[in-house]
Amino acid sequence: MTPPPRFALPAAQRAARRRVGLLLAALAALVVASFATLDLQWRAFASLDALRAMAAFVGEFFPPYTGADFLQRVALAAWQTLAMSALGTLLAVGLGLLLALPASRMHAGDPARARLPTRLVLNVLRSVPELVWAALLLISAGLGPFAGTLALALHTGGVLGRLFAEAIENAPGGPGDALRAQGVGKARVFAWAALPQVLPQLVSYTLYRWEINIRAAAVMGIVGAGGLGQLLSFHMGLFHMDKTATILAAMLVLVIAVDALSDALRRRLG
Amino acid sequence: MATAASPALRDPAWLPRLGWIVVGLVLLWPLLQATEFRPWVFVQPDNLRVSAQFIGSFVPPATDGEFLALIARETWRTVAIATAGMALALLLAVPMALAATRVLSVSALGGRMARAPFWLRQMLRWLLIVLRSVPELVWALVFVRVVGLGPTAGVLAIALTYAGMLGKVYAEILESGDPHPAQTLLRNGGSRLQAFFYALLPGNAAELSSYTVYRWECAIRSSVVLGFVGAGGLGQQLIVSLRMFEGGEVATILLVFVLLVALADRLSAALRRAIA
Repeated sequence: MTPPPRFALPAAQRAARRRVGLLLAALAALVVASFATLDLQWRAFASLDALRAMAAFVGEFFPPYTGADFLQRVALAAWQTLAMSALGTLLAVGLGLLLALPASRMHAGDPARARLPTRLVLNVLRSVPELVWAALLLISAGLGPFAGTLALALHTGGVLGRLFAEAIENAPGGPGDALRAQGVGKARVFAWAALPQVLPQLVSYTLYRWEINIRAAAVMGIVGAGGLGQLLSFHMGLFHMDKTATILAAMLVLVIAVDALSDALRRRLG
Repeated sequence: MATAASPALRDPAWLPRLGWIVVGLVLLWPLLQATEFRPWVFVQPDNLRVSAQFIGSFVPPATDGEFLALIARETWRTVAIATAGMALALLLAVPMALAATRVLSVSALGGRMARAPFWLRQMLRWLLIVLRSVPELVWALVFVRVVGLGPTAGVLAIALTYAGMLGKVYAEILESGDPHPAQTLLRNGGSRLQAFFYALLPGNAAELSSYTVYRWECAIRSSVVLGFVGAGGLGQQLIVSLRMFEGGEVATILLVFVLLVALADRLSAALRRAIA
C-alpha cells in the first residue's frame, strides 16, 4: 500500500511541462546531431601553434592602411554601397506596393482572386537571399553594382510586399467603406483611405529594411556585385590585411551611421 | 480636366508635394549614377541570348539519384551549421546579456550605478555592437583564411554574429519588463543569478525563446549564403553549379532551398505559437 502522493501538479501544468521537456529533448538531439555530423576542426583552434598563428593573423590587420589614394577608393566604394542600399530599398518599396495590392483583401466583400498566387510570388522572392539573387543576376546584368541593386530590390520587395499586405489588411475598414458607399473607385479608395492609415507603418518597415540592406549591400561585392565587398574580397584574396582592416572599419562606420540615421528618422516620425 | 476644376477641388498642398517630388528626383540622380543603373543591358542581344540560354537550361531540374543524394547531404549540413552556430552563439550571448543587463545591477539599487560596473556594462554593449555589425559573411571570409575551407568557418561566423544580436536583444528584453520583482529580490539579499532565475526569467521566457527560434530560422537562411565563400552546405553547391552554367542543377538547388526556408518558417511559427 503506497501512501497517496502529498502534492501533484494540476493535469494541465503537468502536460505543459511534459511538452516543454519533449521540445527541449528534441532540440538537444538536433544540436548534438549537428555537432556530430559536421567535420569541425577544433584542433585548428585548440593547439598552441594555432593560437599563435591566429594572433599573428590578427596582428597583420594593424595598423590599418591609410594611403590617401586608397582611402579615396574606399570612400568611393562606401558611397557605391550606400547608393546600392538606398536605391535597392526604394525600388523594393515600389515593387512591394505593386504586389501588396493584389496580395491583400481590401474589404470584406473583396473576392481577392489574385491574393494566393501573389503571396506565392512574394514568398519565393523573399525566401531567396539577396546574395543568391545577385549571383543569378550577374549572368545577365554583368559584374557591378547594378546587379546588386536589383538583387536587393527583389528580395526586399518580397519582404516588404508581405509586410505591406498585412498592414493594409489590418487597417480599420471604416474610412474605405465610407468612400465605397459613395461610389468612389478602387484606386482612389486606396489612395485616400487605406494609404494614409498605413503610411507611418510602411515608412517604419522601409527604414528597418534599409538598415538590413546596408549590411547586405556591404557584402554584395563578395559575389562580384560592386561596393565595399568587392574591394574587401579583392584585398583579402591578396592577403593585404592592413587594407582589409581599413575596409572593415569603413563598413562598420557606414553600418553604424545608417543605423543612427534611420533611428533618428523613425523617432521623428513615431 | 482636373486642373480646370473649381478652386475648391484643387489639392491645397500641391506646391509642397511638387517641391518634394523635385527634391526626390534631384537626390535620385546621383544614386542612379553610383549604382550604374542601366536596365537596358538586359535587352542587349548578346546578353539576351546568354540569359535566355541560361534560364532555358533550368528546365528540367536535375534529378539524377547521385545529385539528389549530394543535395540531401548538403541540405542537412546547412541546417547543422545553423544549429551548431546558434548553440555556440547562445553560449556566448547568455552570459554577456546577463552581465550587460542594468536591472541586475546591485549598486543601481541605491540610485546611480557605481562607475566600474557602469563601464563594464558599457564595454560589453559596445562589444555586442561590434560583433553584430560585422556581417557574418565577412566573419566567414576571415575564418576561412584561418581554419581553411569547410563548415568550421561557417559555424564560427554564425556563432559570433548571432551572439552579438542575441546578446543585445536579450538584454533589451530583460530590461523592458517590470524591474520590480528583480529589484525586490536583490534588495532582500538575493544574488544576481537568483534574481534572474526567479524574477526576470519567468516574466520574459516566452519572448526570449520566441526570439531565439526566429533567429534560428534566420541562421538557416544565412548559412546558405555562407557557402558562397566556401563554408560548406547548399550555398557552396549552388556557386559550383552556377560557375559551370549547369542550369538544371541550379534550379534543383533553388527549389530545395525555397522549400527548406518555407519549412523552417512553418516550424518556427508553430514553435512560437506553442511557446506564447
